Amino acid sequence: MTVIKVENLGKQYHLGQVGTGTISHDLNRWWHRVRGKEDPYLKIGDTNDRTTKGNSDIVWALKDINFEVKQGEVLGIIGRNGAGKSTLLKILSRVTGPTVGDVKVKGRIASLLEVGTGFHPDLSGRENIFLNGAILGMSKQEIKNKFDEIVDFAGVERYIDTPVKRYSSGMYVRLAFAVAAHLEPEILIVDEVLAVGDAEFQKKCLGKMKDVSGQGRTVLFVSHNMPSIKALCTRGLYLEKGGVTFLGDINQTIAKYFEIKAVFEKKGIVPESYERYNTGQAKIKSVQLVDENDMATSEVLYRSKIKFKIKIDVLERINDAIVDIKIVSKDGVVITHTMNIDQDDKPYSLDVGIHDFEVDLHNSFHPDYYNTTVGIHYSIGATIDYLEHIYDFQILNIGQESDYTVSWKHGYLKLDSKWQKV
Amino acid sequence: MQQEQEHWDLVIKPKNKWYDVDLAAIWHYRDLLMLLVRRDFVAVYKQTILGPLWFFIQPIFTSLTFTLIFGGIAKISTDSMPPILFYMAGVTLWRYFSDCLNNTSNTFIANAGVFGKVYFPRLIMPLSVLVSNLIKLGIQLLIFLIIWLYYLVTGTQVQPQWYLLLVLPLLILMMAGLGLGFGILISSLTTKYRDLSFLIGFGVQLLMYGSSVIIPVSSITNAHLKMAMLLNPLTSIIEAFKYIFLGSGFFSAYWLIYDFAFMMIVLAVAVLMFNKVEKTFMDTV
Repeated sequence: MTVIKVENLGKQYHLGQVGTGTISHDLNRWWHRVRGKEDPYLKIGDTNDRTTKGNSDIVWALKDINFEVKQGEVLGIIGRNGAGKSTLLKILSRVTGPTVGDVKVKGRIASLLEVGTGFHPDLSGRENIFLNGAILGMSKQEIKNKFDEIVDFAGVERYIDTPVKRYSSGMYVRLAFAVAAHLEPEILIVDEVLAVGDAEFQKKCLGKMKDVSGQGRTVLFVSHNMPSIKALCTRGLYLEKGGVTFLGDINQTIAKYFEIKAVFEKKGIVPESYERYNTGQAKIKSVQLVDENDMATSEVLYRSKIKFKIKIDVLERINDAIVDIKIVSKDGVVITHTMNIDQDDKPYSLDVGIHDFEVDLHNSFHPDYYNTTVGIHYSIGATIDYLEHIYDFQILNIGQESDYTVSWKHGYLKLDSKWQKV
Repeated sequence: MQQEQEHWDLVIKPKNKWYDVDLAAIWHYRDLLMLLVRRDFVAVYKQTILGPLWFFIQPIFTSLTFTLIFGGIAKISTDSMPPILFYMAGVTLWRYFSDCLNNTSNTFIANAGVFGKVYFPRLIMPLSVLVSNLIKLGIQLLIFLIIWLYYLVTGTQVQPQWYLLLVLPLLILMMAGLGLGFGILISSLTTKYRDLSFLIGFGVQLLMYGSSVIIPVSSITNAHLKMAMLLNPLTSIIEAFKYIFLGSGFFSAYWLIYDFAFMMIVLAVAVLMFNKVEKTFMDTV
């Protein structure tokens, strides 16, 4: 049975500020309506591509969306930032209306775009459970019946009559999630709320979500966390620039995500305005991280092959150049440093002109966010050009051969190690 | 099967129809309404020493101020009533109206955080404000009645019209309706262009002087001014309230019918407007 049917759905947004400028649009639109004509702004508008500056200040965050969800399906909605995932969820949960098209729904629908919506800091945990539950659509009686279960799930029994502003942030989030987790709608819409709490609690949440979908209820789930998507969902919807590019089996959708993603990654060209230390003899033109298919990317599968590509424009001849790369963790620790002289102990001799360098780097990183610093120096150590924090990348916790299975880690690198019991 | 395919519980469309007010949904969320009332009430006096006493102190201070300034210094007529009682009578109902208006006029902007994350019938919020303020009104009415009893017993010119007491709930209802109507109308009109909200504080202040809270209609001699004052629906409601309890002012069924009609029209326009705006206000708020 189809429980959600989305037809020709589209959502238009205006860029820029609301002010005296927008009133002329409103008047024009009103004037067209009075004469029984179509909204003149429905015809125009760019597709949602935030990297290029469009011609119009009207964009379609979503356009021509069509799909159906069957009862009991767990649909994972994936896509890059700005692909329209959140907008889609907002429309489905009736927070905002579509510009065109419609959505038909069968059954009670509840959405979790945030945990703890409507929590009042001065009210006690008990009072907030009731308030938050009611905001999410539960009746007082329903909450009463589940109250003990909620408190137990959150593990805040001792503090239940304390104002939530005295809670630790972990307790607060646990309580908020616990209320949400005990909703019993026929259709549940979830937006990355699993990204809360410690690893143990996340596991508990994931388990709860699995229970929900096991009871024959329909779930729509948005996340960047591919392992949770993989674990929970049966089908996947891939959104890109406001349109559906793929709808099907979840594993295929995830594969699609990585395949398409690479094409749109930034080209790695260093902007002219980039703040840098530079003496003028040479200039780093671009820095790129490419995956094994030679595609520029900023999201790398766990333990997959990676390679840096660097393009340097040499303006004056350099006899003894050292090119180096530093990988820095998100908390600012330099994790590793590699130079061309590591290999043969001989600096590069560079003529005037463009030079390309490729650096294969063994990917021993833990899943996390990292950034890159690139420099070119004379062999005595004097710097010619130096770009800090030039390329961000993320190591994902899924890989082609092996996923990253443990939920805790120490340090930054997972070096090859061999264990044997003797 | 075909039949079943045709039935949908909910259809999300670009626009709400003008008349599409879902009363059943509001009823479904009645528990939320009461919990919001409770939240408003409890949150106000948390971390104060005097606690709920503040609900009593505020209206007393207002009346004392009026007594001192308008009765004592400006010597404006109080229809030969004890000034404190006269102002108290005017302020009690007036405050209910102005509180309702002020607290609902920013419904969309103040609740954007919650409205942006979860759906429930948006009208629940302003309706909960009406109920919260009703509790405050009860407290103020209580203070008024105590002072009123004092003057009644000590035998001044206070002449209550007992049989008209039955009309009191209707007066309160009309104040609620007008406060809600104007409040949500303003909140609907200010989501995109906020210019209007700058005028509200000033407008409400001005309206008070034009609603016989301080200046009774009987003291106005200019016929045009008198008519203008009477066309303000609040005037005859407040005058009726004074007439019921004090015997001053006037009571006119015709004007009350006019007020009721006025309220219904404002309310209808406001609810329709609110209903239209609630769909997309998140994009422009």
